[in-house]
Amino acid sequence: MDINKDLIAASSTPLVLAILAEEDSYGYAILQRVRELSGGRMEWTDGMLYPVLHRLERHGLVEAWWAVAENGRRRKYYRITSRGREQLAEERRQWQAVDATLRGIWQALAVPLTPGHPAAGALLPQGA
Amino acid sequence: MSLPADSVLESQIEQWRSYLRRRQAIHSVDVAELEDHLREQIAVLAGAGLAMDEAFLVAVKRMGDLDALSREFAREHSDRLWKQLVVAPPDAGERGTAGRTDALVAFGLAVAAAMLIKVPALFGLQLDTHAPFYARNASLFVLPLLAGYFAWKRGLGAGTIRWLVAAFVAAAVFANAYPYVPQGSTEVLTALHVPIALWLAVGVAYAGSRWGEVAGRMDFIRFSGELFIYYVLIALGGAVLTGLMAMIFLSIGIDIEPFFESWLLPCGAVGAVLVASWLVEAKQSVIENMAPVLARLFTPLFAAVLVTFLATLLWTGSAVDIDRNLLIVFDVLLVVVLGLLLYSISARDPRSRPGAFDVMQVVLLVSALLADAVALWAIATRIGALGFTPNRVAGLGMNVVLLVNLAWSAVLYARFLQGRGSFAALERWQTRYLVVYAVWAAIVVIVFPLVFGFA
Repeated sequence: MDINKDLIAASSTPLVLAILAEEDSYGYAILQRVRELSGGRMEWTDGMLYPVLHRLERHGLVEAWWAVAENGRRRKYYRITSRGREQLAEERRQWQAVDATLRGIWQALAVPLTPGHPAAGALLPQGA
Repeated sequence: MSLPADSVLESQIEQWRSYLRRRQAIHSVDVAELEDHLREQIAVLAGAGLAMDEAFLVAVKRMGDLDALSREFAREHSDRLWKQLVVAPPDAGERGTAGRTDALVAFGLAVAAAMLIKVPALFGLQLDTHAPFYARNASLFVLPLLAGYFAWKRGLGAGTIRWLVAAFVAAAVFANAYPYVPQGSTEVLTALHVPIALWLAVGVAYAGSRWGEVAGRMDFIRFSGELFIYYVLIALGGAVLTGLMAMIFLSIGIDIEPFFESWLLPCGAVGAVLVASWLVEAKQSVIENMAPVLARLFTPLFAAVLVTFLATLLWTGSAVDIDRNLLIVFDVLLVVVLGLLLYSISARDPRSRPGAFDVMQVVLLVSALLADAVALWAIATRIGALGFTPNRVAGLGMNVVLLVNLAWSAVLYARFLQGRGSFAALERWQTRYLVVYAVWAAIVVIVFPLVFGFA
């Protein structure tokens, strides 16, 4: 299943902030965590994470520093700031509202939307 | 990590890195961050059993399309598309240190020039009481320092430096030794021509060992055009600064005019030459040069004006009105046309084929020559009655110097359009001609006062 680009873009901020709220991290590890959490369903193009991180840094939601990693290479680490935590809480409320709304309508529909849907078949007399 | 595949991998990563570096929106710190990611990805993939080159390919693929990536970076860092000049990137390393030294020397010399111009005041030569002295020597307060800056930068040999010193000393002697008649024309002419003659010395220092080459002199022409533009911009900024300063100090009842006239204006004017030169040097490779852009913009407009002028002249048959400014107006016209030509040449790739713009250039040249010929003819018919004053001879001489240059340029350009000559010939002609301006200026400074009795 491919998740639509707009959804990926919209969810990137809360996702990255939440991962950084767990612990300080760096690009590669953040992406690993996204894969793990989504069970591989959210495929980010690796490079695209970095402009997102830089945007969060510019808005003061995360802060970055360079340090030497255990493998001896210089690595850029990110840490969530207090403003980032506030933003994360706000994002969380918004996503929960969206999620609750969608849940409501899914239940009201009460019918699975699959390709072999009987209602869809009913519109096509020759297919029945 | 000492596998033989490592060196292959290193060179592949190096290639990938240099490919990324070419993207304007991705700075080298970002490249380092992305490289760390790439290496970790490769290590993980290799750990899972992939061969190094396969791991590299997969990792690069996962990183995503570089065009899309650099677009994303550009969206996030839109400021990076506006190349920043004065602010050195924090990771510039060795080049950054050299740049800082350069800036320090340039600003140090600017301060030195600002102090130098106040030295005569210590000996009672005030700007308001000895204006002619300052007018004759203005360029001597700043151009030797500018030449010195380039001598230092280019590491000129002792031989060249001796010649430069000799030129500046000679200029100082000729500018001050003659007993000029107060308010005479020859003194004004000297003041105007000393900088022109000395600009050649600056050129020798600027081009250094490349003075003998067409390319070296062409760089000096480019430098001169950019310097002029930067100087005008700095002067405009300075005018805003002093204007505001005067007004806010006036509001507390302090008149800054004496300070402005005796300190701010002279010191700022000479210091700005060095600062502007440093800026031109520093931004050379960073920002597109402005002079060629302006030349390209104005060449068609000037050509249109001149063609219309000639057509109107033919149509109405009106005679050219000879007043005292006529020569100056046409000298200025030729200087502007020469500037348009020079800065079109300087930005043109000599190997590209003739195009519409080249035709426009020839139209501009020919119409300017015709207009000038009309003016010269009008003057020549009356010169006997008007008499040979120093101003008129200097104006005529400058006109002839420019006319010869432009006429031969038109011939070379026409040959180039017909495919019978190379564009390089035009470049060579312009760069060789640089010496002629200085020689003529030197003649005006050295010979004119003697011939016209210092009047």
